[in-house]
Amino acid sequence: MSSHYEAPIREPLILGEKSYHDITVDIARPIEGQANKNWYIAFYIALAAMLWGFGCIFYTVGTGIGTWGLNKNIGWAWDITNFVWWVGIGHAGTLISAVLLLFRQKWRMAINRSAEAMTIFAVFQAGLFPIIHMGRPWNGYWVLPMPNQFGSLWVNFNSPLLWDVFAISTYLSVSLVFWWTGLLPDFAMIRDRAVKPFQKKIYSLLSFGWSGRAKDWQRFEEVSLVLAGLATPLVLSVHTIVSMDFATSINPGWHSTIFPPYFVAGAIFSGFAMVQTLLGIMRKVTNLESYITRLHIEYMNIVIILTGGIVAVAYASEFFIAWYTASPYENYTYLSVGAATGPYAWAFWSLITFNIIIPQFLWFKKIRRSFIWSFIISIAINIGMWFERFDIIAIVLSKGQLPSTWWRFEPTFVDVGIFIGTIGFFFVLFLLYARTFPVIAQAEVKTILKSSGENYKKLRDGNHE
Amino acid sequence: MSNKVIHAFYTDDDILMDAVKKVRSEQHHIEEVFCPFPVHGLDKALGLAPTRIAITSFMYGCVGLCFAIWMTNYMMIQDWPQDIGGKPNFTWWANMPAFVPILFEMTVFFAAHLMVITFYMRSRIWPFKEAENPDPRTTDDHFLMEIPVHNNNEEELTALLKDTGAVEINIVEKHS
Repeated sequence: MSSHYEAPIREPLILGEKSYHDITVDIARPIEGQANKNWYIAFYIALAAMLWGFGCIFYTVGTGIGTWGLNKNIGWAWDITNFVWWVGIGHAGTLISAVLLLFRQKWRMAINRSAEAMTIFAVFQAGLFPIIHMGRPWNGYWVLPMPNQFGSLWVNFNSPLLWDVFAISTYLSVSLVFWWTGLLPDFAMIRDRAVKPFQKKIYSLLSFGWSGRAKDWQRFEEVSLVLAGLATPLVLSVHTIVSMDFATSINPGWHSTIFPPYFVAGAIFSGFAMVQTLLGIMRKVTNLESYITRLHIEYMNIVIILTGGIVAVAYASEFFIAWYTASPYENYTYLSVGAATGPYAWAFWSLITFNIIIPQFLWFKKIRRSFIWSFIISIAINIGMWFERFDIIAIVLSKGQLPSTWWRFEPTFVDVGIFIGTIGFFFVLFLLYARTFPVIAQAEVKTILKSSGENYKKLRDGNHE
Repeated sequence: MSNKVIHAFYTDDDILMDAVKKVRSEQHHIEEVFCPFPVHGLDKALGLAPTRIAITSFMYGCVGLCFAIWMTNYMMIQDWPQDIGGKPNFTWWANMPAFVPILFEMTVFFAAHLMVITFYMRSRIWPFKEAENPDPRTTDDHFLMEIPVHNNNEEELTALLKDTGAVEINIVEKHS
């Protein structure tokens, strides 16, 4: 047992008297069992929101972008806010599976599968916004560098908007194969347990005929490691490039060199908050309390404090620089005295309250180890991070250099409806996922059972003393 | 020559590792081991060569970088040079800083996807592929060691495997 040694002061990551077979049974249970009433209620609410959103999208496409609250000065507002918000949420999954794999963090194994699912579903939602904002979504493929009949009209590789196309599509596709490759052994487990022929067929197809040979596992581990190495800079690149959409422009408030690191930190901050929100519910609904423990919640909260702290420092420096320049143009950037006291003061103070003040409660060990408080704070951060992007976009654009460009943004029901629709779509996907996919990477969890399982730890620590 | 193989089942990874070492030290050939999860050091114990898949990834990444250089150069410098914001693009080198994000993303795209495709091809996993693990328990909590039978040495092998802690030993006719 020496090879499975782990310091006794480390808390167990798998609670209870679990064997390898127990892990199989626990992970397969939500898939093999029936959905309960709560699942159906949640699913129908999400489905209704999704359909409402689709209606608003059809209305937008059919009538035009004029159905949104945009105007001649504020050409980006609610939609791009949602885009950046969703992309940000899509950061935690690959961070957990890639960066934490490189750092050999065992606690990632209970949460990486769902975090990656969340990433993929969130990036779907994010991708919707730029496409419908084109107004003619059927021409969306024009962003790809393809030979065409318009003369040699190519895409502009100098544009950050095009960098975004490349960054997000690479991120989405690489996250997807990373996720799926990790899923193969777990689908194989479900396949080999399935009793109904239809189920067996489906999971057979999904598992790509995974057999678990020693050589397959050797390659599997190498592929995971290399993909993690590739995905790590990829995670950082995506939000860096999103921030360049703003930072390479010449608007005061956007033209800021600290945007890339600050956006990446903000993205991880919001991504972990969303993981916290989802897992807080999921561990209860799927009875996986033995695998997603208080310790996992605490570790995620620690990441939230760290990245939230980086975001707070970035806010402070933005605010200070805006004030220090004494330039009247800088006095209406999203972090300035003008913003704090002007017509968008409510948005400014919402940002400060939800993003800076409320997360500070996580410094208290009692609160960051509490499921309910972690859940409440994670919701606050989700709201706060939405306001961050709204403030950056709408407040900055609402006061241009000329008084004639001073304008307000007011969303229409279509703006709001599409946003609600994407939240519904996201939850529809996530709820379906939770019923049909192995929500915990069971093959990986089995590898840490002997080092981090409660019963094994007790046994070993007993022997040492 | 018979196609008989012995399937020995184990339920613990540490016992399996010791068994693999023991069987190999007795000069028996282990055809295959099926595991429900990766067992660290098993590939070395089985004498498997290290995988070269990371090297392929590096090469695919180089291909992706070259492709991105060719693409940006052809589209923006050769085929349709443009003057964007008073910054004309006459040479690739002068424009290169603006292409860095594209160069990076394409490198990662090629390295990741082609490596995964290589993995799927080499390990023979793809949609509609039939699974080849001989027993469904090997994706749950059982480890299966497959040893070919030569010169009617079943009894000797069975005794040896029992000794190493196998919980079940079957002699089966292997098809294919």
